[in-house]
Amino acid sequence: MSHIPDSQMHYDRPRGTAERAIVQTNNHSSVPEPIIRFEDVTYSVKGRPTPLVTQLSMSVNSSETLVLLGRSGSGKTTLLRLINRMLIPSQGRVLVEGRATSEWDPIRLRRHIGYVIQDAGLFPHFTVAENVGLIPKLEHWDAARIKSRTDELLSLVGLEPAEFAQRRPAQLSGGQRQRVGVARALGADPSILLMDEPFGALDPVTRAELQHEFSELARRLGKTIVFVTHDLREALMLATRIVLLQAGRIVASSAPQEFLQIDQPEVQAFTASLHTVPGVSA
Amino acid sequence: MTPWHFFITHRAEILDATLDHLGLVMISMFIAIAIAVPLGMFIVQRPALRTFSLGAASVFQTIPSLALFGFLIPIPFIGGIGRRTAIVALVLYALLPILRNTHVGLTSIDPAVLEAAEAMGMTNTQILTRVRLPLALGIILAGIRTATVLTIGIATIAAAIGAGGLGIFIFRGVAMVSDAVILAGAIPAALLAILADLFLALVERRLRIL
Repeated sequence: MSHIPDSQMHYDRPRGTAERAIVQTNNHSSVPEPIIRFEDVTYSVKGRPTPLVTQLSMSVNSSETLVLLGRSGSGKTTLLRLINRMLIPSQGRVLVEGRATSEWDPIRLRRHIGYVIQDAGLFPHFTVAENVGLIPKLEHWDAARIKSRTDELLSLVGLEPAEFAQRRPAQLSGGQRQRVGVARALGADPSILLMDEPFGALDPVTRAELQHEFSELARRLGKTIVFVTHDLREALMLATRIVLLQAGRIVASSAPQEFLQIDQPEVQAFTASLHTVPGVSA
Repeated sequence: MTPWHFFITHRAEILDATLDHLGLVMISMFIAIAIAVPLGMFIVQRPALRTFSLGAASVFQTIPSLALFGFLIPIPFIGGIGRRTAIVALVLYALLPILRNTHVGLTSIDPAVLEAAEAMGMTNTQILTRVRLPLALGIILAGIRTATVLTIGIATIAAAIGAGGLGIFIFRGVAMVSDAVILAGAIPAALLAILADLFLALVERRLRIL
C-alpha cells in the first residue's frame, strides 16, 4: 500500500478513514486495509454542467460489503465504473490495492475484479458453463481445471451443474440468469466484486430469495464487495457499511445499524420509503 | 421455334453460359465479402468513416447498372471490355447489403452483454471475435444472401460489355425479337437466383446461433 502525501488528505472523508489511513502507513498490523480508495475524485463529462462525481474521497476495506445507496443519477454506477477503469477520474485518483487505476493495465485490473450487472449480461451464444468459465479460459486455464471451477461455482450459487451447465441463458429464469451472473463474476476468483443493482430486475419473491442467499455467500467468501442499489431494505440486509450518495457526493456513511438514526434529510427521505405501505409501520 | 426446342438444341452453350455466369457471381461475391465484412468491422468504432463508407456504398446502388458498366469501360486498370470490368461493377453493387448488414449486426447487440464483456476484462479483439461476430453472424449472412441474389440478376447485364454469362442470350434475344432466346438466358438466371437463395438460407439457419 502506497503512502499518501498529506497534501492529498481530505477533510470531508467519511468518519474515521483519514485517521485510519495515517495509522496504516506507520503500522501494518490489525487495522483493516483499504483495498479500494477514492482520493478527491471528480468525474465530469463533456456537455454536462455539473460533474457526476464531485471531490469524493472514501475507502473500501478488505472483506467489507460496502453498499452505495442513492437515487437514480446520484453517481453510484459511475463510482463502480471508476473502480474497474471503465472510467478514469477527471481529477483525483482511484487506487486499487494501492495502485492508481490509471496505472493498471485495464485488462489485468478487470480480470481481477468481478462485475455483476442488473440484466446479468450473459453471452446468449454461450452455454451456462461457457459463460462461467470464460475468464478462466481467457486466462489459459486447462480444460479440466475450468470444468471443476465451473461446477464448483454453479453449486455455490445454487444451480445443479449436471442440470444447468449445458443450458443457454435463454433457457433460464431471471433469477437463474442472475445466479449465473454471480458465478461468472467469481470465475477467476477475484478479490473484489462490483455489483450494480444485480437483483433490481427480479420479481420481489425471487429478489428476496437471492438477497438472502447472497448475504450468506458474501459472508462465506470474504470478498470485498461494492454493491450499488437504490433500495434501502436491500442495503440494510447486505451491507457492513452504507454510503449514501446524492448528486455525486457522499452525504452519509455508517454501519447499517446506525444508518436509520442519522438525522439528515436525505437519509430520512430514504427511511421514509420503508414505511410507505399503508397500514404497515416499522 | 419454341423455347423448349431452343433449350434442347443449345443446351451445351446454355450450360457454358450458366457456368460463366456463376463464376462471375462467385468471384464478385468473394471479393465483395472480403471487402465489406472487414470494413464493417473496422467502422464499428469510427463514426466518421461509417457515415462515409455506408454513404459511398449507397451511391453505387443508385447508379443504373447498365450505366455503371458503361462508366467503367474508359477507366484505366479496372475498366475496359470484359470480365474484369464486370466484376468491378458487381462488387460495387454487392458492397452495400453486406456492409450494412455487417454494421447492423455488430452494433445491434444487447448493450448489457457488451458492458459485461468489457467489465470482465475482454480485450477489444476478443469482444469482436468472441461476442460481436458470433452474435452478428446471422445478420451478416442475410446480407450476403441478399447481395448474391442481386448480383445474379445484375450479372446478366455484364454481357453488354463482353463479360459473357447468361446475359448473352438475353441481349441476343432482344436483338432477334425472340422470346425463346431471351428465356434461354432469363430462366437459368432466375433458377440460379432461387437456388442460391435457398442454399444460403439453409447455411444461415445452420449457423444462426439463436
